[in-house]
Parts: sequence; structure tokens; C-alpha cells
Amino acid sequence: SKSSSKLGTGLTGMFGGRRLDDDALEDLEDLLIMSDMGAKVSSKITANLAKTRFDKDISDDEIRIALASEIEAIMKPREQVVDFADGPRPRVVLFVGVNGSGKTTTIGKIASKLKEQGAKALLVAGDTFRAAAIEQLTVWGERAGIPVLSKPTGADAAGLVYEAIEKAQREDLDLVLVDTAGRLQNKAELMSELAKIVRVTRKLDPDAPHDVILVLDATVGQNALSQVEAFRHTAGVSGIVMTKLDGTAKGGVLVAVAEAHALPIHFVGVGEKAEDLQPFSASAYAKALVGLGQEETV
Amino acid sequence: MFDALTDRLGGIFDGLTGRGALSEKDVSAALREIRVALLEADVALPVVKDFIAKVKERAVGEEVIRSVKPGQQVIKIVHDGLVDLLGGEDAETRLRVDNPPSVIMMAGLQGSGKTTTTAKIAKRLSERDKKKVLLASLDVRRPAAMEQLAVLADQLGANVTSLPIVQGQMPAEIARRALQAAKLGGHDVVFLDTAGRTSIDEQMMAEAAEIAKIAQPKESLLVADALTGQDAVETARRFHERLPLTGLVLTRMDGDGRGGAALSMRAVTGLPIKFLGTGEKLDGLDAFDAKRVAGRILGQGDIVSLVERA
Ligand SMILES: Nc1nc2c(ncn2[C@@H]2O[C@H](COP(=O)(O)OP(=O)(O)OP(=O)(O)O)[C@@H](O)[C@H]2O)c(=O)[nH]1
Ligand SMILES: Nc1nc2c(ncn2[C@@H]2O[C@H](COP(=O)(O)OP(=O)(O)OP(=O)(O)O)[C@@H](O)[C@H]2O)c(=O)[nH]1
Ligand SMILES: [Mg+2]
Ligand SMILES: [Mg+2]
Repeated sequence: SKSSSKLGTGLTGMFGGRRLDDDALEDLEDLLIMSDMGAKVSSKITANLAKTRFDKDISDDEIRIALASEIEAIMKPREQVVDFADGPRPRVVLFVGVNGSGKTTTIGKIASKLKEQGAKALLVAGDTFRAAAIEQLTVWGERAGIPVLSKPTGADAAGLVYEAIEKAQREDLDLVLVDTAGRLQNKAELMSELAKIVRVTRKLDPDAPHDVILVLDATVGQNALSQVEAFRHTAGVSGIVMTKLDGTAKGGVLVAVAEAHALPIHFVGVGEKAEDLQPFSASAYAKALVGLGQEETV
Repeated sequence: MFDALTDRLGGIFDGLTGRGALSEKDVSAALREIRVALLEADVALPVVKDFIAKVKERAVGEEVIRSVKPGQQVIKIVHDGLVDLLGGEDAETRLRVDNPPSVIMMAGLQGSGKTTTTAKIAKRLSERDKKKVLLASLDVRRPAAMEQLAVLADQLGANVTSLPIVQGQMPAEIARRALQAAKLGGHDVVFLDTAGRTSIDEQMMAEAAEIAKIAQPKESLLVADALTGQDAVETARRFHERLPLTGLVLTRMDGDGRGGAALSMRAVTGLPIKFLGTGEKLDGLDAFDAKRVAGRILGQGDIVSLVERA
């Protein structure tokens, strides 16, 4: 990565030859807060560190490694790669989230991977609201060589999803990836539209949707927690993808999310191209957050 | 969902009401709560620290000692301090569009709301100010980005048109073509909607700087998501370094986020916040209002009536 994280930069030179006393711990807690972990989790992690190292001399690198391992311990149980091409047939995967978080792009990236695996998939342009959302998904479908089912802008999204699943069952497809319109979680009307999409899929397959992927933007702050809660409640989120980790934000709020919700994190987005999707790794995420092993790779 | 600040401060201030004077110790206890509230609202930590220091200076003083309800007085000081930091009650939010064709450049991170905001401001300028507006998408990267702007322009009536799409042109070429078309077409305002970019993508930031150099925009607006966390300062600072920014737009204020990013970005750049995005639809645009945003950040809409009730 080109950048070192804020936390990493902040740590550089901070602890060289310094005793891990109350002042130092406070500085450290501040740095964690600056990575969007939130006040509560930051203070918890700092307290954990203090348990074993309070008043000891500690180097920058030692503190980074210790921090990374605290974070990794929280994130490790959430690390769960998923192979959408496997499992029930047709596997119905719904992508949900707030506006602009990266849903459509993430579907495009996954579609490209699936094509390489030789899976028979169908993309569904369930965002029937936003201008040119259908065209955007269509371009990704063409790139991946996977068909896209759509209806004109303004059509009922739930109806489209119903038809898509019927079609996938009829044609014995491996999976159906459903794009949905971005919606803010506090908008009751839009959230009930999403609930309707979920209900409709169940009519054709009581186990569907098999995956409901919440797409979170790495720049988001504490609002991510409310996003997870609301989308879980409405759509039964089964897993998370975090996008835009290639920018200056390192998505620290994911630690707070992981503390509060036993939801697997499947992938991270690190760019806008098809190949810019990686399986989530607790260790890599923790290291990137504290700026470990990044300077070396410049 | 969030505790209102008054609830949190309740305990501290209950004890103080009627006593009539605030010691430094009392103020510090209250400010610790305010610090947490601001952090929960996603105000960036360095901004929080500066702000708290200033409030403390003001609070531990005569003003407070003389006031009858010292607790409420601290909240008022905090609120007024936020309004100040956000640019004051009559912050200048008008756009400079008096020299046709005036160029307005839109920039920001991926998915922040640039294209939608372009159409929203165009709608406002054409309907309220009777301007003839040209919209040009310089986003040659994201699938269907240009089509998106064209579709939005079509929804906006005869006074708003979009520059015809020519495949294969580079952003700088499109900018030149847009300026030319605006001159020939007698447009008052021409919008350059740029592709989303991260602030550390050197090539893309250089491209944006080049576009600004060519187009000499009267207004360059950084469009940012109001739900942004601590990264708001980093993004604002880096875009401000590279582009001749003249203002900020915070989108998704219709969410239930507390919008601390507005304060962070304003504090680090000193740029006025011109608009707030309040929905997906093209009428979802409000002129910036510092009091409203301050109340929002503190988790309570109407501070003034609260103070008056006290
Ligand atoms: N840098 C970066 N940009 C990304 C990433 N993922 C998506 N984007 C960009 O973010 C912007 C928004 O992505 P979309 O896929 O359109 O987001 P969406 O959630 O479908 O948006 P709506 O449908 O409008 O709610 C686009 O410009 C994408 O190219 C990522 O991992 N890194
Ligand atoms: N709720 C809400 N949604 C908004 C607002 N502004 C924009 N959006 C939505 O946010 C998503 C992204 O908006 P765009 O205008 O495409 O963002 P952009 O910055 O042009 O995105 P890229 O060009 O991909 O970088 C879309 O779903 C918009 O409808 C707003 O104020 N409120
Ligand atoms: Mg989309
Ligand atoms: Mg755009």
C-alpha cells in the first residue's frame, strides 16, 4: 500500500524509549479513536495492553505488534471466506447497504471471479431507482460475461427478483447475485421495500436469500454500527464486505462492529477494478490498521 | 438512539444548578462528557481537542459564574462555539456564478454524491436563478457514470443540458470541450463532474489538478459523505492541498448520522459549507445552516429552546 495508516503514522516515534504510563496509554487510546474504533473499544484495547505492559519500556514496533495482536484477536473469529459458487442451487445472494457504499462494484468484482470458476450465474439489476444503475451493472455483467436481468427504471424491484429466481430455478443456474438500491437505514419506507424483496425470495425458496451481504464503506464512522443493526433487523444480514480500503481510511469501525456482532466478514475492496477484491484477513487488516509491514513494502 | 447531551450532563449539572458558580473541576467533568459526545458524532479528535480547550477557557470565567443556571450556560457556550466553528449564523453559502460561463468543478472520494449533487445544484440554479446550465461528466472510469449524469440532466427541463458523450476522450479534453460548448451555447454555468478518487491516488489527484488548471473554476466543491468518520480531516486536507477548493458539500444528511464530519472538514480547511444533501431525489438539497448542524452534532435539535426552558 502507498500510504501508512493514520494510526501507524501517529505511532511512529511516539513510544521510542517511552514508558507505557498513564500519559502514554492516553495517547495510544487517542490514536485508536482516530482510526474510528470508537471510544469504548479503544479504551478496552488500551486497558488490555496495560494489563501486561503497564510501566514497562516499550518500542514503537513492540507496541504495534501488541496492538495488532489485540485487534487480530477480536477480528479472527469474523474471518470467513465464502465461495458463492458452492452450496445450494440456485444460491441467492443479496447485496444491501447505504447509498454509494460499493454494492454494484462488489457484485461486478465477484461476478468476474465466478466466471473464472466457471459458475453459471445471473446478475439482477435490483436497483430500479438510481439513474443509470442498470447500465452500470450491465457493464460489469458484460465484462464478466455473465447475463444481467433487468427491468426499466421505476419497476418493482421485488417483482424483478422473483422473476430472476424463477428463471434461475428453471435454467438450473448455480447462483443469483442481486443488486439493490442504496438506502439509508433510518428510512422506514425504503427499508420495508427491502424487507419485501427478502419476503418474495422466500416464496420461491424458503431458505433464500442464502446470503445477505452488507456492503460497508471504509470511510464511514460510528454510523456503521447503526447500519449493521438496521440491515440485520430488516434483511437478516449474513456477512459483511468492506470497500474502499485503498484510501486513507482504514475502516477501524469494523473492530467495533466485530465486537458487537457475530457476523462474518467475507471480503475487502481495495480499488475499482475487477481484481480489487480480497478475502478478509484478520491479520492483514490488523496490521494495516496499526501500520505494520507497510513502510517496508513502499 | 444517542443519548442527548443534556441527559448525559444531567447528573453533573443537577448538582450545580442553584449553586451558581462553576469551578474548573466542574467544567472539566462536563467537558469530558462533551468530548465523548463529539467523538460519537464522528468529529475528528484533533478538532475535538482544540474545541474543548477553547470551550474550557470560556466556561471557566465570569460569564458562567454570573449566570443563574451554570450547567445550561455551558451547553450554550458549547453550542455557540460549534456554530462559530461551522462558519457562523450567516455563513456565505451563495455560489459565484456571475461571469458566464462560470465553471463549477465537483470533486471527492468515490461514491460521495458528486454526480447527484451536480444535478441538484443545477436544478436550483436553473429554477431559482434562471440560469442556463451545462452538465459535463469527466468520469471516464466508472461504468455508466456519464450516462448517469445525462439521465439526471434529462429530468431537469430545457434549461439544463448535458454535454454529448464522446467515447474515448480524456477528462482534460472533455473539460475543454465543455468550456467551448458553454461559450458557444450561451450557458451561464458549466458543471464539471469528476470521477471519484482517493486522495492518495497520485495519478488521479494530478488529473484533477490539471482539470482545475484548464477550466479555472469559479467554484470547486468538495463533496463528502456526512457519515464519514475520523478520515474526514485527512480527505479534506489532501483535496484542499491539491485543488483550488472554494467550498464543501455534505451529503446524506438525511441519514441518522450525527454529521461530525462537517465540523472536521470545515475546521481543517476553513472552507464554507455551502450545501447539505438531504436525499436521493433532486430536490434533496438544503442551503447550509450552522445552527441546525451544531444541534445535530450535539444530538439535540433545538438547543435554544432548551436553554430558554432551563
Ligand atoms: N477506491 C475504491 N473505490 C471503490 C471500491 N468499491 C467501489 N468503489 C467505487 O465507489 C463508488 C460507488 O460504488 P458503487 O458500486 O456504485 O456503489 P453502490 O453501493 O452500488 O451505490 P448506489 O447503488 O448508488 O447505492 C464507485 O465510484 C466505485 O467505483 C473500492 O474498494 N475502492
Ligand atoms: N440518501 C442520500 N443519498 C444520496 C445523497 N446524495 C447522493 N446520494 C446517493 O448516493 C449514491 C452515490 O451518489 P453519486 O452521485 O453517484 O456519487 P458520486 O460521488 O458521483 O459517485 P462516483 O462517481 O461513483 O464516485 C447514489 O445512490 C445517490 O442516490 C443524499 O444527500 N442523500
Ligand atoms: Mg449500486
Ligand atoms: Mg459520479
